[in-house]
Amino acid sequence: MSATKSTPILAMRGVNKSFGPHDVLHDINLEVRAGEVLCLLGDNGAGKSTVIRLLSGVHRPTSGTIELDGKPVGFDNPRAASDLGIATVHQFGGTFPLMTIGRSFFVGAEPTRRWGPFKVFDRKKANAIAVKAVRDFGITRIDDGDRLVGGLSGGERQSLAIARAVHFGARVLILDEPTAALGVKQASHVLRIVNEAKRRGLAVIFITHQVTHAMAVGDHFAVLIRGAVAADFRKGQKTREEITDLMAGGEAMAELEAMIEGYAASQDGHAPQVA
Amino acid sequence: MTSLRSFLYRPEAGAILSLLAVTAFFVIFGGVDLATLLGAASWVNFAANLGIVAIPVGLLMIAGELDISIGAMIPAGSMATAILSGYYGLPIVVGMLGALALGALVGLVNGLLTVRTSVPSLIITLGTLVAMQGIVLSASVLLTGSASVAVTAPDWAKFLFGQLIGGSHQVTIVWWVIIAVAFAFVVHSTRYGNWIFAMGGDKVSARNAGIPTQRITIALFVLSATCAAFVGMCQAIQFNSAQVSGGMGYIFNAIVSVVVGGVLLTGGFGSVVGIFFGTITFAVVSQGIYFTDIDRNWSNLIIGAMLLIAVAMNETFRKMALSYTGKKKGAH
Ligand SMILES: Nc1ncnc2c1ncn2[C@@H]1O[C@H](COP(=O)(O)OP(=O)(O)OP(=O)(O)O)[C@@H](O)[C@H]1O
Ligand SMILES: [Mg+2]
Repeated sequence: MSATKSTPILAMRGVNKSFGPHDVLHDINLEVRAGEVLCLLGDNGAGKSTVIRLLSGVHRPTSGTIELDGKPVGFDNPRAASDLGIATVHQFGGTFPLMTIGRSFFVGAEPTRRWGPFKVFDRKKANAIAVKAVRDFGITRIDDGDRLVGGLSGGERQSLAIARAVHFGARVLILDEPTAALGVKQASHVLRIVNEAKRRGLAVIFITHQVTHAMAVGDHFAVLIRGAVAADFRKGQKTREEITDLMAGGEAMAELEAMIEGYAASQDGHAPQVA
Repeated sequence: MTSLRSFLYRPEAGAILSLLAVTAFFVIFGGVDLATLLGAASWVNFAANLGIVAIPVGLLMIAGELDISIGAMIPAGSMATAILSGYYGLPIVVGMLGALALGALVGLVNGLLTVRTSVPSLIITLGTLVAMQGIVLSASVLLTGSASVAVTAPDWAKFLFGQLIGGSHQVTIVWWVIIAVAFAFVVHSTRYGNWIFAMGGDKVSARNAGIPTQRITIALFVLSATCAAFVGMCQAIQFNSAQVSGGMGYIFNAIVSVVVGGVLLTGGFGSVVGIFFGTITFAVVSQGIYFTDIDRNWSNLIIGAMLLIAVAMNETFRKMALSYTGKKKGAH
């Protein structure tokens, strides 16, 4: 079978990962297709970041395979993964806060123009392309490529990093908790951009703690519990409460809810006071 | 107003403001005549020798590294020139190339050790600083039986590297300006400059973006040690002799000039223009004080205060720059 729409762009098949004696991931099977958002959910320490470190070439699986377009691949380093179109955007987006938008957008791939016998950095072109790339994603407040990245809001920085990845030909976008540090409005910016990336045919792996954010963009969900995929389902197959329960390990959440209800009843409907 | 504001967000703003403040202070409280100060050669000569070293040291700091071995490389450069061309009587070109090659070699060692080990470059270059001091002294005593060696350079070499323009201004001033312009061009107008800033911002991300971070780091160390050897070489040619001692003061002076010039100690931010003005400011304080009624011992206090103010200002400017939103809102 050729790489058609039904072949996942990126897949993990029976992947295990141990750090020394510490087994972190067990038999992980995941797939993501073009134009689809896979949400990776799970509690702290469940292994979400480890999954993306394997997919982005930071670590290598202890056993099992990673497949790109249906063929097994091994990434020697993050550069190898990004050369194959797998782009990872970290929590704080741009990693060069003291550089301008135009300069940081093109780090390592600077546009140049001739100036006499020299090849000089084409600042105008870099700024214009960078500003256009973010604006095309709907962030119209960015209009000056000479601004420092660190002066942008968290959501704008994420957007810039995503726009950059897309500009440089990413096919798979990996976002590790992009909305974690953001307010409601900023987070909604990022979610809009995730949807736009999906519309453009990218495969997106979106890691989050927030079920609401996952449900706003996800087509496909995987819940990790203690390093194993505890649930794998598609949009509409589970309710918000069911997902929240799953993430918290089911019973624990039900117990907590019962406790809170019991407490609320005994306190005339007031929530417990925080000391 | 807008142009003043965008000036303040530039890395060199602090250096230019402190230069103005120090000069004003000397004129108002030191009773110095501005024309005399501007016409004086002493601080310009001092700035030129320091500036040639401060620029590459500053670039290393922007890239997130530190090189203090320059303190040994200045005398090493002079001694190499004097031993080869003075003591052994080889053509001056041999002495000059020997000095520069020694600089490049030590820079290469610093760079390789920095990229191959996880030891901070401050410690590595502290090691090469001490080692080179030992090597230069032993080699000098062993080869020539003395810690001071004479050298006479032919006219052309004197003209290029050891001349006193107008009987007072060292020709190194011209070299300093040439080097500053060349570095400013490379750092601010070519892709290599972008790489240096990216490396200082986040080395791992820079490498993942395809920047040859190791080669750039090594190249920067080679440049700083070679520039230090160049200064030593010029001094040997100018003064017709070389001593194994001296040069240690350059470490402190260069770092202060770079920081006053607006380079962040943590890397990732700064400019060649800033370093240039930081050096001038430092030179005016430490040499210009002789033209004032102020006791010269106060110059260290001024330098200390200036350094602290500069560090605080760098932090403030950095914050202001980060919050700079470009065109004012609503001013379409
Ligand atoms: N390099 C490592 N060496 C040893 N253990 C590691 C390493 N990286 C991760 N772990 C362990 O693997 C487990 C999963 O970590 P991981 O960072 O993947 O969790 P996570 O789901 O991303 O959590 P969070 O929501 O807090 O970000 C943790 O117990 C962690 O201590
Ligand atoms: Mg994590």
